[in-house]
Amino acid sequence: MADPKPEQFKVIGSRVPRVDAIDKVTGHAKYGADYNVPGQLYGASKYSDYPHAKIIRIDTSKALALDGVRAVLTHKDIPGEKSFGAIHPHQMVLCSDKVRFFGDAVAVVAAETLEIAEEAVALITVEYEPFPVVTDPRAALESDSPQVHENGNLCFHHKVRKGDIADGFAHSDIVLEREYSTQRIEHSYIEPEAILVEPGENGGVTITGSLQNLYNIRRALSRVLNLPLNRIRLIQASLGGSFGGKDEVMSAICARGALLTLATGRPVKMVNSREDSMRESYKRHPYKLKYKVGASTDGTLQAMEITIHADAGAYSAMSPFVTWRSVVQATGPYIVPNVKTDVFAAYTNNCYTSAMRGFGSPQICFAAESLMDELAEALGLDPLELRLKNILKDNCSTATGQILSHKVSVGEALSNVTKGIEFGNIWKANRNKDNRSKIAKGIGLSCSYRGVSLGAEGTDAAGVAISIQTDGSAVVSCGLVDMGQGAATTISMVVAEELGISVDRIRFLSADTTSIPDSGPTVASRTSFMAGNAARVGAQELMKRIKPVAAEMLDCPDSSLIFSDNQIRSTIESVLDKSIFFGDLAAACFRKGISLFAHGWYKSPTTTWDEHTGQGDAYFTYVYAANLAEVEVDLVTGQVKVTRFVSSHDVGRTLNLNGAKGQIYGGVAMGLGYALLEDYAQDDGLPSLSNFDEYLLPTICDIPDIDIILIENPDSLGPFGAKSLGEPACELAAPAIVNAVANATGLRVRDLPLTLERVLLGKSLVRSGARGSTKSRSEKH
Amino acid sequence: MVRNNMTEPTIDIRFYLNGIAFNRNAPASWTLLRFLRDALGYTGTKCGCEVGECGACTVIVDGQPVNACLILTPQIDGANIWTIEGVAAAGANELHPIQKAFLECDAAHCGFCSPGMIMSTIALFLKNSNPDDAQIKQALAGNLCRCTGYIQIIDAVRKAASKITENDLQKFVS
Repeated sequence: MADPKPEQFKVIGSRVPRVDAIDKVTGHAKYGADYNVPGQLYGASKYSDYPHAKIIRIDTSKALALDGVRAVLTHKDIPGEKSFGAIHPHQMVLCSDKVRFFGDAVAVVAAETLEIAEEAVALITVEYEPFPVVTDPRAALESDSPQVHENGNLCFHHKVRKGDIADGFAHSDIVLEREYSTQRIEHSYIEPEAILVEPGENGGVTITGSLQNLYNIRRALSRVLNLPLNRIRLIQASLGGSFGGKDEVMSAICARGALLTLATGRPVKMVNSREDSMRESYKRHPYKLKYKVGASTDGTLQAMEITIHADAGAYSAMSPFVTWRSVVQATGPYIVPNVKTDVFAAYTNNCYTSAMRGFGSPQICFAAESLMDELAEALGLDPLELRLKNILKDNCSTATGQILSHKVSVGEALSNVTKGIEFGNIWKANRNKDNRSKIAKGIGLSCSYRGVSLGAEGTDAAGVAISIQTDGSAVVSCGLVDMGQGAATTISMVVAEELGISVDRIRFLSADTTSIPDSGPTVASRTSFMAGNAARVGAQELMKRIKPVAAEMLDCPDSSLIFSDNQIRSTIESVLDKSIFFGDLAAACFRKGISLFAHGWYKSPTTTWDEHTGQGDAYFTYVYAANLAEVEVDLVTGQVKVTRFVSSHDVGRTLNLNGAKGQIYGGVAMGLGYALLEDYAQDDGLPSLSNFDEYLLPTICDIPDIDIILIENPDSLGPFGAKSLGEPACELAAPAIVNAVANATGLRVRDLPLTLERVLLGKSLVRSGARGSTKSRSEKH
Repeated sequence: MVRNNMTEPTIDIRFYLNGIAFNRNAPASWTLLRFLRDALGYTGTKCGCEVGECGACTVIVDGQPVNACLILTPQIDGANIWTIEGVAAAGANELHPIQKAFLECDAAHCGFCSPGMIMSTIALFLKNSNPDDAQIKQALAGNLCRCTGYIQIIDAVRKAASKITENDLQKFVS
């Protein structure tokens, strides 16, 4: 699509307040738990008592006998398949023969009040025969491991093979081998999962709630309830954050709620407590990563051998796709002629893991960027120097053999974040132990490249419906959702730009599966790109229909028309003083019988992938970024304070400046939590915490000043040149902080998060006794 | 104390909510959060953790910011409570300056923490309407946000402080 010059944009690139913000600041926005209807029942789930056990018997008789209980359901009450899943449909709605993790559900209750539902859950007795538990993804692949699923514990194995690593290492002057690990983290959307299920027409169900990927969830429900898709209506409530998190867990909750509604004929409300949410909702994959890198003395990379084990937990969910992104991007944004990468996702009895903002990249960014700093130290180079020597450039070949035919800007991003400072000198000075007092200063870098949208994961297409009203306002809807990231505003802006109307004339409707086609999932930072393009297609189709009418009204040629600020003018001299209100044009079109509705559809360019060699054009385009962190480390307590942060991203084109900055601020904060605070630790499959009192999120006091430098290299395919930002913003903050801490202390921590003990002692001290106990034991390595 | 048909002990309480006098019989074991949301239908106050960690349920009770999940209905007898629904002037089609600042600074992303953030900001301004950054952070340290990284929230509070007048705050303590 031909793009106007930046100065010609009317709306794109400006700061537009969110279209849904008024409702959010007044308390009027309705989230899942805010929906109530008369006669509703309250649903509650009975979770497993063990992380891995055979179910001998489920006794629901006492629960059923309780006054006020309307239904107690188990797997026996499921009319269709008992399991679901987009890739491997083995995730149990209610377990039948065995439980595979602590958050599995075995029964579900509906009662007149929440108290009765909870009491009933407590009255359900389940007899188990505990099985041995496997919690380590490497151990899970040993032949003598307890088996989580019948077909073994290997969920997926991805590989990349490029060049000859033996040859590469033979030609290296230095070879480093390092092991890193990352932790399991919680999405920590502040809104716990919530739905209201109502009986629908023709024996179906209507569900309103906190749903990220409505069409995935609907497919799961269709399978489980044995109902056609069109009898299952899902409506997205205002979503109180998701970050990839409200997909499979919502399928499970919606399925249970729908079973209750179908069994009782009553509406059922299901709202998770934070404890339930942490127990059953999936997490970010913990990774164990082995990196071997060979380089010349001048720092030129020769070879990388990478072996990664990802903990998929009890169910596959999105693990095959998450780990695929890891295998594509594992080397980091560097030219490496010889690469051998293996990523294994393995089932364990831990909480299952799936999509979370970053989607398999935060782990490999942490490892690859830590490794680059370690290599720089070993070679006596500064980390910036080493990176600049090896980064991807225009027309380079990636690890998967893809030639980057667009503008490659990782170098520009690195130079942006180090602008105005002598990075190398500061870095060297910080390493001098004589300069350290109680507080040690550190500076650290990271950079990344990231494939835009789904890539060779699967079909990638999206639609946007635009309906111009006869007063010139417009209703826009899309199967991709706003979950707080600002999609409603961005898509509205694209439509406003194309139609020449103001954003406040657009009403963006939340997704509803009955009124808008499946656009795939709202994941992979694909919404601006995919829905943005679809919105342009739809709006341009409408313009084709209404332009001739405007030309007739103004008595001028089509080509001379200017649509702007809800007015239509012409550049023709004779009619310069004339203008039409967009609403009058819409009304005129309506009278002429011209359709003011269009559905724009956009399909992404083709990608290729050879799964045997791991070679191909994995994504149709990439984005590039760099981060710089400055920290102060308290050498007495181990506390790390991030004092300054700089983030530079190539966004292709900024659509909404407010939104772009918000994505980066939020992404950096999430990365800071990943680096320093967050850990959903499990011991033998049992979680060690259940709420925000022990799961530590960054607070307002933890966030440094963040400078943002946006790079705009418009993409030939993106809407107005835009690419993506939501996930890149989050994936590389942690390694910049980790590298800064290593620079400050001289001690490299290779396991996330950087707790006080790890920063000071290089190892974690794990509480073994009661709270307040001074007893501790070192973590197993 | 009497028992209702749910065999739940209840209590008669009088309180002001957003300037309106209420006289209600409330389950004594309910938190203020649940009472607001489930009994009174004031769903603007959000439930995020129920252990006083996330701050999504922050309301103003007698001029102080309070986690509504941590106090029980008997404790609000005689109290003056303000929630997000009462922040903008009733009937007027205009936002309160704090809400306006949150809107303009893009401080509400998913919006789930916004009611609590705004109530904590009001509580801050009741004590100090010209706070420095450290005081802003201190006042909002008990409100978790997962979307914004807080920067735009700090911007909004700064901006609100520059616009706010005594008039805008008076009702929350009267």
